[in-house]
Amino acid sequence: MQLHISPKDGVPIYRQIVNQVKYLVGSGRLAPGEELPPIRVLAEQLVVNPNTVARAYAELEHAGIVTKRHGSGTYVSDNGSPLKRAEKLKILAQRADALVAEARHLEVEISELLDVVRERYRAMQSKE
Amino acid sequence: MNMNIPACFPNQPVVVINGLSRRFKSKLALDGVSLNVERGQVFGLVGANGAGKTTLIKHILGLLQAESGSVRVFGLDPVAEPVAVLSRVGFLSEDRDLPGWMRVDELIRYTRAFHREWDTAYAEQLRQQFQLDPAARIKQLSRGELAKAGLLVALAHRPELLVLDEPSSGLDPVVRREMLEAIVRTVADEGRTVFFSSHLLDEIERVSDRVAMMACGRVVLQGRLDEILESHFRLTLRFPTPPPTPPKLAGALLVTGSGLEWTVLCNGARGELEAAVVKLGARIVDETAASLDEIFLARVGRERSTGETLQLPARSVTSNKPDASR
Repeated sequence: MQLHISPKDGVPIYRQIVNQVKYLVGSGRLAPGEELPPIRVLAEQLVVNPNTVARAYAELEHAGIVTKRHGSGTYVSDNGSPLKRAEKLKILAQRADALVAEARHLEVEISELLDVVRERYRAMQSKE
Repeated sequence: MNMNIPACFPNQPVVVINGLSRRFKSKLALDGVSLNVERGQVFGLVGANGAGKTTLIKHILGLLQAESGSVRVFGLDPVAEPVAVLSRVGFLSEDRDLPGWMRVDELIRYTRAFHREWDTAYAEQLRQQFQLDPAARIKQLSRGELAKAGLLVALAHRPELLVLDEPSSGLDPVVRREMLEAIVRTVADEGRTVFFSSHLLDEIERVSDRVAMMACGRVVLQGRLDEILESHFRLTLRFPTPPPTPPKLAGALLVTGSGLEWTVLCNGARGELEAAVVKLGARIVDETAASLDEIFLARVGRERSTGETLQLPARSVTSNKPDASR
Protein backbone atom coordinates (compact mmCIF):
# COMPACT_ATOMS: atom_id res chain seq x y z
CA MET A 1 0.00 0.00 0.00
CA GLN A 2 1.60 3.21 -1.14
CA LEU A 3 0.30 6.40 0.43
CA HIS A 4 1.64 9.86 -0.06
CA ILE A 5 1.32 12.38 2.75
CA SER A 6 1.75 16.04 2.08
CA PRO A 7 1.68 18.17 5.21
CA LYS A 8 1.66 21.39 3.20
CA ASP A 9 -1.85 21.27 1.80
CA GLY A 10 -3.72 21.87 5.04
CA VAL A 11 -5.75 18.64 5.01
CA PRO A 12 -5.25 16.82 8.33
CA ILE A 13 -3.01 13.80 7.86
CA TYR A 14 -5.54 11.31 9.25
CA ARG A 15 -7.96 12.52 6.58
CA GLN A 16 -5.34 12.18 3.85
CA ILE A 17 -4.83 8.57 4.91
CA VAL A 18 -8.60 7.90 5.01
CA ASN A 19 -9.14 9.45 1.58
CA GLN A 20 -6.26 7.62 -0.04
CA VAL A 21 -7.22 4.22 1.39
CA LYS A 22 -10.80 4.79 0.25
CA TYR A 23 -9.49 5.66 -3.16
CA LEU A 24 -7.27 2.57 -3.31
CA VAL A 25 -10.18 0.36 -2.24
CA GLY A 26 -12.59 2.08 -4.62
CA SER A 27 -10.22 1.70 -7.54
CA GLY A 28 -9.48 -1.94 -6.71
CA ARG A 29 -5.81 -1.42 -5.93
CA LEU A 30 -6.56 -2.69 -2.45
CA ALA A 31 -8.45 -5.93 -2.82
CA PRO A 32 -11.10 -7.23 -0.41
CA GLY A 33 -9.44 -9.30 2.29
CA GLU A 34 -6.06 -7.62 1.79
CA GLU A 35 -4.27 -6.71 4.99
CA LEU A 36 -3.36 -3.11 5.77
CA PRO A 37 0.04 -2.52 7.40
CA PRO A 38 -0.02 -2.47 11.22
CA ILE A 39 -0.43 1.03 12.69
CA ARG A 40 3.12 1.21 13.92
CA VAL A 41 4.60 0.07 10.62
CA LEU A 42 2.60 2.57 8.56
CA ALA A 43 3.43 5.36 11.03
CA GLU A 44 7.14 4.70 10.69
CA GLN A 45 6.89 4.33 6.92
CA LEU A 46 5.06 7.64 6.47
CA VAL A 47 6.92 9.31 9.38
CA VAL A 48 3.67 10.38 10.98
CA ASN A 49 2.28 10.05 14.48
CA PRO A 50 0.96 6.52 15.21
CA ASN A 51 -2.05 8.09 16.95
CA THR A 52 -2.91 9.68 13.60
CA VAL A 53 -2.77 6.34 11.79
CA ALA A 54 -4.88 4.78 14.55
CA ARG A 55 -7.48 7.50 14.10
CA ALA A 56 -7.54 6.98 10.32
CA TYR A 57 -7.98 3.22 10.74
CA ALA A 58 -10.78 3.75 13.26
CA GLU A 59 -12.55 6.03 10.82
CA LEU A 60 -12.11 3.56 7.96
CA GLU A 61 -13.48 0.81 10.17
CA HIS A 62 -16.44 2.96 11.13
CA ALA A 63 -17.15 3.59 7.45
CA GLY A 64 -17.08 -0.15 6.78
CA ILE A 65 -14.07 0.08 4.45
CA VAL A 66 -11.87 -2.08 6.64
CA THR A 67 -12.47 -4.66 9.35
CA LYS A 68 -10.36 -5.37 12.40
CA ARG A 69 -9.91 -9.04 13.11
CA HIS A 70 -9.46 -9.87 16.74
CA GLY A 71 -5.85 -9.35 17.66
CA SER A 72 -4.50 -9.97 14.20
CA GLY A 73 -4.80 -6.93 12.01
CA THR A 74 -6.80 -4.67 9.77
CA TYR A 75 -8.20 -6.00 6.49
CA VAL A 76 -10.09 -4.52 3.57
CA SER A 77 -13.75 -5.44 3.99
CA ASP A 78 -15.24 -8.17 1.83
CA ASN A 79 -16.48 -7.54 -1.64
CA GLY A 80 -20.10 -7.59 -0.55
CA SER A 81 -19.70 -4.25 1.21
CA PRO A 82 -22.61 -2.07 0.08
CA LEU A 83 -20.37 0.93 0.57
CA LYS A 84 -18.08 0.03 -2.25
CA ARG A 85 -20.11 1.51 -5.06
CA ALA A 86 -21.18 4.44 -2.92
CA GLU A 87 -17.53 5.12 -2.16
CA LYS A 88 -16.62 5.02 -5.82
CA LEU A 89 -19.33 7.51 -6.63
CA LYS A 90 -18.25 9.70 -3.73
CA ILE A 91 -14.73 9.86 -5.08
CA LEU A 92 -16.05 10.79 -8.51
CA ALA A 93 -18.38 13.38 -7.01
CA GLN A 94 -15.38 15.19 -5.54
CA ARG A 95 -13.69 15.23 -8.94
CA ALA A 96 -16.92 16.32 -10.60
CA ASP A 97 -17.28 19.22 -8.17
CA ALA A 98 -13.90 20.54 -9.22
CA LEU A 99 -14.75 20.12 -12.89
CA VAL A 100 -18.13 21.82 -12.60
CA ALA A 101 -16.62 24.69 -10.62
CA GLU A 102 -13.97 25.15 -13.29
CA ALA A 103 -16.58 25.09 -16.04
CA ARG A 104 -18.63 27.74 -14.27
CA HIS A 105 -15.52 29.82 -13.88
CA LEU A 106 -14.86 29.58 -17.59
CA GLU A 107 -18.55 30.15 -18.34
CA VAL A 108 -18.97 26.81 -20.06
CA GLU A 109 -22.51 25.41 -20.02
CA ILE A 110 -23.18 22.06 -18.35
CA SER A 111 -24.36 20.53 -21.66
CA GLU A 112 -21.10 21.54 -23.30
CA LEU A 113 -19.16 20.12 -20.37
CA LEU A 114 -20.99 16.79 -20.69
CA ASP A 115 -20.15 16.77 -24.39
CA VAL A 116 -16.50 17.21 -23.51
CA VAL A 117 -16.68 14.32 -21.01
CA ARG A 118 -18.29 12.02 -23.63
CA GLU A 119 -15.80 13.10 -26.24
CA ARG A 120 -12.85 12.34 -23.93
CA TYR A 121 -14.38 8.98 -23.04
CA ARG A 122 -14.60 8.05 -26.73
CA ALA A 123 -11.04 9.24 -27.34
CA MET A 124 -9.79 7.09 -24.47
CA GLN A 125 -11.75 4.05 -25.68
CA SER A 126 -10.34 4.29 -29.18
CA LYS A 127 -6.79 4.23 -27.75
CA GLU A 128 -7.36 1.06 -25.73
CA MET B 1 -5.65 -4.48 44.63
CA ASN B 2 -6.00 -1.29 46.60
CA MET B 3 -7.73 1.13 44.24
CA ASN B 4 -7.17 4.10 46.53
CA ILE B 5 -3.43 4.19 45.96
CA PRO B 6 -2.69 3.75 42.29
CA ALA B 7 0.94 3.04 41.46
CA CYS B 8 0.87 5.83 38.93
CA PHE B 9 -1.72 8.18 37.49
CA PRO B 10 -2.20 7.04 33.91
CA ASN B 11 -4.63 9.81 33.09
CA GLN B 12 -2.73 12.59 34.72
CA PRO B 13 -1.03 14.88 32.18
CA VAL B 14 2.72 14.41 32.00
CA VAL B 15 3.37 18.15 31.96
CA VAL B 16 1.10 20.78 33.48
CA ILE B 17 2.06 24.42 33.11
CA ASN B 18 -0.15 27.05 34.63
CA GLY B 19 0.14 30.81 34.16
CA LEU B 20 3.91 30.69 33.79
CA SER B 21 5.65 34.04 33.39
CA ARG B 22 9.33 34.86 33.30
CA ARG B 23 11.19 38.12 32.90
CA PHE B 24 14.82 38.55 31.87
CA LYS B 25 15.71 42.09 32.91
CA SER B 26 13.23 44.20 31.00
CA LYS B 27 12.21 41.52 28.54
CA LEU B 28 9.13 39.44 29.26
CA ALA B 29 10.26 36.05 27.93
CA LEU B 30 7.17 34.11 29.02
CA ASP B 31 3.84 35.75 29.59
CA GLY B 32 1.12 33.70 31.26
CA VAL B 33 1.80 30.41 29.48
CA SER B 34 -0.55 27.53 30.31
CA LEU B 35 -0.50 24.13 28.67
CA ASN B 36 -0.95 20.43 29.38
CA VAL B 37 0.90 17.58 27.72
CA GLU B 38 -1.07 14.34 27.90
CA ARG B 39 0.55 10.92 28.17
CA GLY B 40 1.20 9.23 24.83
CA GLN B 41 0.97 12.48 22.91
CA VAL B 42 3.36 14.30 20.67
CA PHE B 43 3.18 17.95 21.61
CA GLY B 44 4.65 20.36 19.07
CA LEU B 45 5.71 23.84 20.14
CA VAL B 46 5.90 26.27 17.25
CA GLY B 47 7.43 29.70 17.26
CA ALA B 48 9.96 31.96 15.62
CA ASN B 49 13.39 32.41 17.19
CA GLY B 50 13.06 34.40 20.39
CA ALA B 51 9.40 33.47 20.91
CA GLY B 52 10.22 31.84 24.26
CA LYS B 53 10.33 28.16 23.30
CA THR B 54 13.71 27.37 24.85
CA THR B 55 12.86 29.32 28.02
CA LEU B 56 9.70 27.27 28.35
CA ILE B 57 11.62 24.01 27.87
CA LYS B 58 14.17 25.06 30.52
CA HIS B 59 11.31 25.40 32.98
CA ILE B 60 10.08 21.90 32.17
CA LEU B 61 13.56 20.55 32.87
CA GLY B 62 13.86 22.51 36.11
CA LEU B 63 16.77 24.57 34.78
CA LEU B 64 14.79 27.72 35.48
CA GLN B 65 12.49 28.36 38.40
CA ALA B 66 8.99 29.67 37.76
CA GLU B 67 8.82 33.38 38.59
CA SER B 68 5.06 33.24 38.70
CA GLY B 69 2.77 30.38 37.82
CA SER B 70 3.64 26.73 38.20
CA VAL B 71 5.30 23.86 36.36
CA ARG B 72 4.64 20.21 37.14
CA VAL B 73 6.21 17.24 35.40
CA PHE B 74 4.83 13.80 36.38
CA GLY B 75 3.03 15.79 39.09
CA LEU B 76 6.36 16.94 40.56
CA ASP B 77 8.11 20.30 40.73
CA PRO B 78 11.20 19.82 38.55
CA VAL B 79 13.17 22.44 40.50
CA ALA B 80 12.44 20.85 43.89
CA GLU B 81 12.84 17.25 42.73
CA PRO B 82 15.27 17.28 39.81
CA VAL B 83 16.45 13.69 40.20
CA ALA B 84 12.96 12.22 40.33
CA VAL B 85 11.94 14.20 37.25
CA LEU B 86 15.08 14.08 35.12
CA SER B 87 15.60 10.33 35.55
CA ARG B 88 12.36 9.88 33.58
CA VAL B 89 13.14 12.53 30.94
CA GLY B 90 15.32 12.37 27.84
CA PHE B 91 16.51 15.73 26.56
CA LEU B 92 18.19 16.95 23.41
CA SER B 93 19.16 20.61 23.60
CA GLU B 94 19.33 22.88 20.62
CA ASP B 95 23.07 23.49 20.97
CA ARG B 96 23.64 19.77 21.78
CA ASP B 97 26.04 20.78 24.61
CA LEU B 98 27.97 17.48 24.73
CA PRO B 99 31.51 17.27 26.17
CA GLY B 100 33.74 17.71 23.12
CA TRP B 101 36.77 15.96 24.58
CA MET B 102 34.94 12.66 25.07
CA ARG B 103 34.76 9.83 22.56
CA VAL B 104 31.38 8.48 21.51
CA ASP B 105 31.80 5.30 23.61
CA GLU B 106 32.87 7.41 26.61
CA LEU B 107 29.83 9.64 26.22
CA ILE B 108 27.61 6.56 26.24
CA ARG B 109 29.27 5.11 29.35
CA TYR B 110 29.24 8.50 31.08
CA THR B 111 25.53 9.06 30.46
CA ARG B 112 24.70 5.48 31.43
CA ALA B 113 26.07 6.18 34.92
CA PHE B 114 23.23 8.66 35.52
CA HIS B 115 20.42 6.29 34.59
CA ARG B 116 19.37 3.16 36.40
CA GLU B 117 17.03 2.33 33.51
CA TRP B 118 19.77 2.49 30.86
CA ASP B 119 19.28 -0.10 28.11
CA THR B 120 22.75 -1.09 26.92
CA ALA B 121 21.50 -3.21 24.03
CA TYR B 122 19.22 -0.42 22.82
CA ALA B 123 22.08 2.11 23.04
CA GLU B 124 24.24 -0.16 20.90
CA GLN B 125 21.41 -0.67 18.43
CA LEU B 126 20.98 3.10 18.10
CA ARG B 127 24.73 3.61 17.73
CA GLN B 128 24.81 1.20 14.82
CA GLN B 129 21.66 2.59 13.27
CA PHE B 130 23.07 6.14 13.48
CA GLN B 131 26.44 4.89 12.18
CA LEU B 132 28.41 6.51 14.97
CA ASP B 133 32.04 5.44 15.35
CA PRO B 134 32.61 4.60 19.05
CA ALA B 135 36.19 5.88 18.89
CA ALA B 136 35.32 9.25 17.33
CA ARG B 137 35.80 12.38 19.42
CA ILE B 138 32.63 14.37 20.02
CA LYS B 139 34.30 17.60 18.89
CA GLN B 140 35.15 16.02 15.55
CA LEU B 141 31.62 14.90 14.75
CA SER B 142 29.63 16.56 11.99
CA ARG B 143 26.48 18.48 12.89
CA GLY B 144 24.33 15.52 11.94
CA GLU B 145 26.44 13.04 13.90
CA LEU B 146 26.42 15.35 16.91
CA ALA B 147 22.63 15.52 16.79
CA LYS B 148 22.42 11.74 16.53
CA ALA B 149 24.84 11.25 19.45
CA GLY B 150 22.70 13.65 21.48
CA LEU B 151 19.57 11.76 20.51
CA LEU B 152 21.17 8.43 21.41
CA VAL B 153 21.97 9.49 24.97
CA ALA B 154 18.51 11.09 25.29
CA LEU B 155 16.76 7.87 24.22
CA ALA B 156 18.76 4.98 25.61
CA HIS B 157 17.17 5.00 29.07
CA ARG B 158 13.77 4.79 27.34
CA PRO B 159 12.46 7.95 28.98
CA GLU B 160 8.75 8.41 29.67
CA LEU B 161 9.06 11.95 28.37
CA LEU B 162 11.33 12.93 25.50
CA VAL B 163 12.01 16.66 25.22
CA LEU B 164 13.61 17.93 22.03
CA ASP B 165 14.52 21.57 21.53
CA GLU B 166 14.70 22.32 17.79
CA PRO B 167 15.84 18.75 17.03
CA SER B 168 16.37 19.34 13.35
CA SER B 169 17.80 22.82 13.40
CA GLY B 170 20.69 23.04 10.96
CA LEU B 171 20.42 19.42 9.82
CA ASP B 172 20.22 17.98 6.33
CA PRO B 173 17.00 16.23 5.25
CA VAL B 174 18.35 12.73 5.88
CA VAL B 175 19.23 13.37 9.52
CA ARG B 176 16.05 15.39 9.95
CA ARG B 177 14.07 12.38 8.88
CA GLU B 178 15.94 10.22 11.39
CA MET B 179 14.97 12.70 14.12
CA LEU B 180 11.31 12.50 13.13
CA GLU B 181 11.46 8.71 12.95
CA ALA B 182 12.85 8.69 16.49
CA ILE B 183 9.87 10.76 17.63
CA VAL B 184 7.42 8.43 15.88
CA ARG B 185 9.09 5.35 17.32
CA THR B 186 9.11 6.84 20.81
CA VAL B 187 5.34 7.35 20.92
CA ALA B 188 4.67 4.08 19.13
CA ASP B 189 6.66 2.46 21.92
CA GLU B 190 4.28 1.90 24.85
CA GLY B 191 2.71 5.32 24.81
CA ARG B 192 5.70 7.42 25.68
CA THR B 193 5.33 11.17 25.45
CA VAL B 194 7.22 13.66 23.29
CA PHE B 195 7.46 17.41 23.68
CA PHE B 196 9.37 19.11 20.90
CA SER B 197 9.89 22.60 19.58
CA SER B 198 10.49 23.55 16.00
CA HIS B 199 10.16 26.42 13.62
CA LEU B 200 9.64 23.94 10.76
CA LEU B 201 5.89 23.70 10.46
CA ASP B 202 5.76 20.77 8.09
CA GLU B 203 7.58 18.64 10.63
CA ILE B 204 5.30 19.80 13.44
CA GLU B 205 2.35 18.99 11.19
CA ARG B 206 3.64 15.52 10.39
CA VAL B 207 4.07 14.18 13.88
CA SER B 208 2.13 16.28 16.42
CA ASP B 209 -1.14 15.42 18.13
CA ARG B 210 -1.34 18.80 19.75
CA VAL B 211 0.36 22.07 18.99
CA ALA B 212 0.92 25.39 20.71
CA MET B 213 1.99 28.43 18.74
CA MET B 214 4.13 30.93 20.59
CA ALA B 215 4.94 34.53 19.79
CA CYS B 216 6.56 37.09 22.07
CA GLY B 217 6.36 34.80 25.11
CA ARG B 218 2.69 34.01 24.75
CA VAL B 219 0.76 31.06 23.46
CA VAL B 220 -1.33 32.59 20.66
CA LEU B 221 -3.09 29.39 19.64
CA GLN B 222 -3.17 25.87 21.01
CA GLY B 223 -5.23 22.80 20.40
CA ARG B 224 -5.47 19.47 18.67
CA LEU B 225 -3.67 19.74 15.36
CA ASP B 226 -6.50 18.25 13.30
CA GLU B 227 -9.03 20.56 14.91
CA ILE B 228 -6.89 23.59 14.21
CA LEU B 229 -6.54 22.57 10.56
CA GLU B 230 -10.23 21.83 10.16
CA SER B 231 -11.41 25.06 11.75
CA HIS B 232 -9.26 27.32 9.56
CA PHE B 233 -9.87 27.78 5.86
CA ARG B 234 -9.27 30.21 3.05
CA LEU B 235 -12.08 31.81 1.10
CA THR B 236 -11.49 33.71 -2.11
CA LEU B 237 -14.10 36.39 -2.61
CA ARG B 238 -14.97 38.14 -5.84
CA PHE B 239 -16.50 41.59 -5.82
CA PRO B 240 -18.49 43.14 -8.68
CA THR B 241 -16.44 46.33 -8.28
CA PRO B 242 -13.12 46.76 -6.46
CA PRO B 243 -13.79 47.55 -2.78
CA PRO B 244 -12.19 50.85 -1.68
CA THR B 245 -10.63 49.24 1.41
CA PRO B 246 -9.73 45.59 2.13
CA PRO B 247 -12.96 43.78 2.99
CA LYS B 248 -13.68 43.36 6.69
CA LEU B 249 -15.10 40.02 7.73
CA ALA B 250 -15.76 38.70 11.22
CA GLY B 251 -13.54 35.67 11.84
CA ALA B 252 -10.95 36.84 9.33
CA LEU B 253 -7.36 36.47 10.48
CA LEU B 254 -5.67 37.73 7.37
CA VAL B 255 -6.92 39.44 4.24
CA THR B 256 -4.83 39.56 1.09
CA GLY B 257 -5.56 40.54 -2.45
CA SER B 258 -6.34 43.49 -4.64
CA GLY B 259 -8.89 44.62 -7.19
CA LEU B 260 -11.87 42.29 -7.53
CA GLU B 261 -10.50 39.21 -5.79
CA TRP B 262 -9.51 38.93 -2.16
CA THR B 263 -8.49 35.91 -0.13
CA VAL B 264 -9.47 35.72 3.50
CA LEU B 265 -7.97 33.28 5.98
CA CYS B 266 -10.80 32.56 8.39
CA ASN B 267 -11.52 30.80 11.60
CA GLY B 268 -15.19 30.64 12.28
CA ALA B 269 -18.58 29.23 11.58
CA ARG B 270 -19.04 28.56 7.90
CA GLY B 271 -22.68 29.69 7.76
CA GLU B 272 -22.07 33.05 9.43
CA LEU B 273 -19.18 33.75 7.09
CA GLU B 274 -21.27 32.99 4.03
CA ALA B 275 -23.95 35.38 5.20
CA ALA B 276 -21.34 38.06 5.89
CA VAL B 277 -19.90 37.62 2.39
CA VAL B 278 -23.33 38.09 0.83
CA LYS B 279 -23.79 41.21 2.94
CA LEU B 280 -20.54 42.61 1.52
CA GLY B 281 -21.98 42.09 -1.96
CA ALA B 282 -19.34 39.52 -2.86
CA ARG B 283 -19.46 35.84 -3.74
CA ILE B 284 -17.18 32.98 -2.75
CA VAL B 285 -15.31 31.71 -5.81
CA ASP B 286 -12.89 29.36 -4.08
CA GLU B 287 -12.47 27.61 -0.79
CA THR B 288 -9.30 25.82 0.21
CA ALA B 289 -7.78 24.31 3.32
CA ALA B 290 -5.28 26.49 5.15
CA SER B 291 -1.91 24.95 5.95
CA LEU B 292 -0.41 25.21 9.42
CA ASP B 293 2.17 27.53 7.88
CA GLU B 294 -0.46 30.00 6.80
CA ILE B 295 -2.37 29.73 10.06
CA PHE B 296 0.81 30.39 12.00
CA LEU B 297 1.76 33.41 9.91
CA ALA B 298 -1.73 34.83 10.21
CA ARG B 299 -1.79 34.34 13.97
CA VAL B 300 1.72 35.54 14.62
CA GLY B 301 1.40 38.39 12.15
CA ARG B 302 -1.61 39.68 14.01
CA GLU B 303 0.16 39.21 17.34
CA ARG B 304 2.99 41.42 16.14
CA SER B 305 0.72 44.05 14.68
CA THR B 306 -1.87 44.15 17.44
CA GLY B 307 0.45 43.63 20.41
CA GLU B 308 -1.52 44.31 23.55
CA THR B 309 -4.95 43.57 22.09
CA LEU B 310 -4.32 39.86 21.90
CA GLN B 311 -6.52 39.02 24.85
CA LEU B 312 -9.55 39.98 22.81
CA PRO B 313 -11.11 36.94 21.20
CA ALA B 314 -9.10 37.93 18.15
CA ARG B 315 -12.00 37.96 15.76
CA SER B 316 -12.77 41.48 14.74
CA VAL B 317 -9.32 42.76 13.80
CA THR B 318 -8.23 42.53 10.20
CA SER B 319 -4.69 42.93 9.07
CA ASN B 320 -3.76 43.48 5.49
CA LYS B 321 -0.23 42.42 4.73
CA PRO B 322 0.18 41.00 1.24
CA ASP B 323 3.73 39.90 1.99
CA ALA B 324 2.65 37.85 4.99
CA SER B 325 0.62 35.35 3.02
CA ARG B 326 3.59 33.00 2.64
